[in-house]
Amino acid sequence: MKPPGHALHPGPSELWVRHIVLGYVVLLVAVPFTALLFFAFRDGFGTFWERITTPVALSAVWLTLWTGLLVGMINALLGTMTAWVLVRYPIPGKSLLSAAVDLPLAIPTLVAGVMLAILYGPTSLIGTKLSAFGVDIIFAQPGIVLALLLVTVPFVVRAVEPVLSEIDPAEEEAAITLGAGPWRTFRTVHFPAILPAALSGSLRSFGRAMGEFGSIVVVAGNIPEETLTAPVFIFGEIESGQAGGAAAVGALLLLIALALHASARLLENATGARHAQS
Amino acid sequence: MPKADRLRRLESPAEGLTLIEAESGERFSIGEAPQRVAPLSMTPAAPERVERERAVGKVVLLVLVLGYLGFVLLAPLGSLLLATWELGMAEVLKAVSEPLALDALATSGLLVLAAVGVNAVVGTFGAVALVRHRFFGRSFVNALCDLPLAVSPVMIGLAFILLVGRDGVMSPVLDAIGLKLVFTFWGMLLATLFVTLPYTVREVAYVLEEIGTDEEEAAITLGASPWQTFFRVTLPNVRVALGYGVLMAAARCLGEFGAVLVLGGSISGQTQTATTFIHDSIEERHLPAAYGMAVLLAVCSVVLLLSLEWMKQRQAAARHRSRSATEDEATP
Repeated sequence: MKPPGHALHPGPSELWVRHIVLGYVVLLVAVPFTALLFFAFRDGFGTFWERITTPVALSAVWLTLWTGLLVGMINALLGTMTAWVLVRYPIPGKSLLSAAVDLPLAIPTLVAGVMLAILYGPTSLIGTKLSAFGVDIIFAQPGIVLALLLVTVPFVVRAVEPVLSEIDPAEEEAAITLGAGPWRTFRTVHFPAILPAALSGSLRSFGRAMGEFGSIVVVAGNIPEETLTAPVFIFGEIESGQAGGAAAVGALLLLIALALHASARLLENATGARHAQS
Repeated sequence: MPKADRLRRLESPAEGLTLIEAESGERFSIGEAPQRVAPLSMTPAAPERVERERAVGKVVLLVLVLGYLGFVLLAPLGSLLLATWELGMAEVLKAVSEPLALDALATSGLLVLAAVGVNAVVGTFGAVALVRHRFFGRSFVNALCDLPLAVSPVMIGLAFILLVGRDGVMSPVLDAIGLKLVFTFWGMLLATLFVTLPYTVREVAYVLEEIGTDEEEAAITLGASPWQTFFRVTLPNVRVALGYGVLMAAARCLGEFGAVLVLGGSISGQTQTATTFIHDSIEERHLPAAYGMAVLLAVCSVVLLLSLEWMKQRQAAARHRSRSATEDEATP
């Protein structure tokens, strides 16, 4: 296929601009990551392995992985439902609802953490009621999940929404004409169409949750082997001058994040869906 | 009837009979549909039942979705506003207008300005190069432009510390020219430029792919130089997308915490930004300052978000206009 713009041959001045801009991108992005991987594996794979298998590091990575996975799954379900509501139901104030879904992309994650700490914190109205039952949200694992859910609200919604609104109504009509109920119509007509988009959104929210720092710092309490997530662990290692440990866990997270990003990207390319952050 | 992928309704070949064509090419008429597709017969009660089920489904979904968004998003937002109000407006205003708070705001503002300026230029030219040009390593650079969205801000900070920090790979070079990046404004600027890189490039690239090259080729054919084409044709076409990307970058920059904390170190009056100011105020239990600044940032981000929504609607309207214009031309 002829690429778009193939007819436009760049002149010498355009080539200069291109080299400068692309050089900037490569220097800014590729070089720091290379440094990170270089530092992580500089002392050999054995050292790398030792650093990521210390009890504190291991439990931090594990906490980050399972909370991220949980959040990805909850988002797949509720994000699809939200997209459905936004596309299908002519409810009043829909544009406000739509803006609310985008809010977590704009609100600083640290502020999101502060909000949750105020609402569910140990001295708040809800917090005191819950701790009477022995349930803690803030400075405990539920707070981490809640914070991750807050910051990842848009991902599945924004991935599924365009796909859902482009499904041909004729398909649905045909299913209904053939006697299928609403649930069956959804399962046979809509579900197969939106599945890749929901999956890519879910992977995006998993990836985002894995890297979350600002809100977690406020709500998690950061107790080693309990509520210390991997990004906070990395931050602590940097603060205490342990660049080696930080680089090892950082490289591990980087590789997982790249794998997630690549799979989400493949799904997006296959379906034409777009990433929520753009 | 528009065409569907799985089942297709054909024109009625005979009076009162509708044919449904399955993907396999198999045809059957309504009323005697095969078991495989529709075990339910079309009794007159069926549409009523469908309507009822739909109504129930709608109520359940609305309750679930609104309840969920309220629980994780709107209630926390409301409680921040309420808590700030309860602290007393006068005290909050005093706390956020103290010199250190103003310094933090000024630092954040400078970072936003720099990020907006650099990304507007890099985003436009980068997108043009990535979409319109063909060269070795294009898909690699394309992938690089996406990466900052996929990795944790802390890791970005860490990567830069390992690169330009005290024992970093580049520290001999930086020492030689006397440039200190870690715990300075320039380090934070580096981190900010990194995290905000994708927004303008992606937005502009998306629009460039959408609009194609017809107008640009026309301009070239009419004798315009490449730069004339760029400033008179390409740039006006991507103007809205560029504005959109710049606003996204500004919002992200204003809210960035992890990377600027690692690289800036949050030194009061020097490298403290609005977000690290909130963090430090919470650590010091100085709640009026923390909540006040949090509300200020939340308000800024809501304003940015509303302008984004407005631009999105304007863009959709413009696209709709241009599409109907082409259709008008097509129909004699």
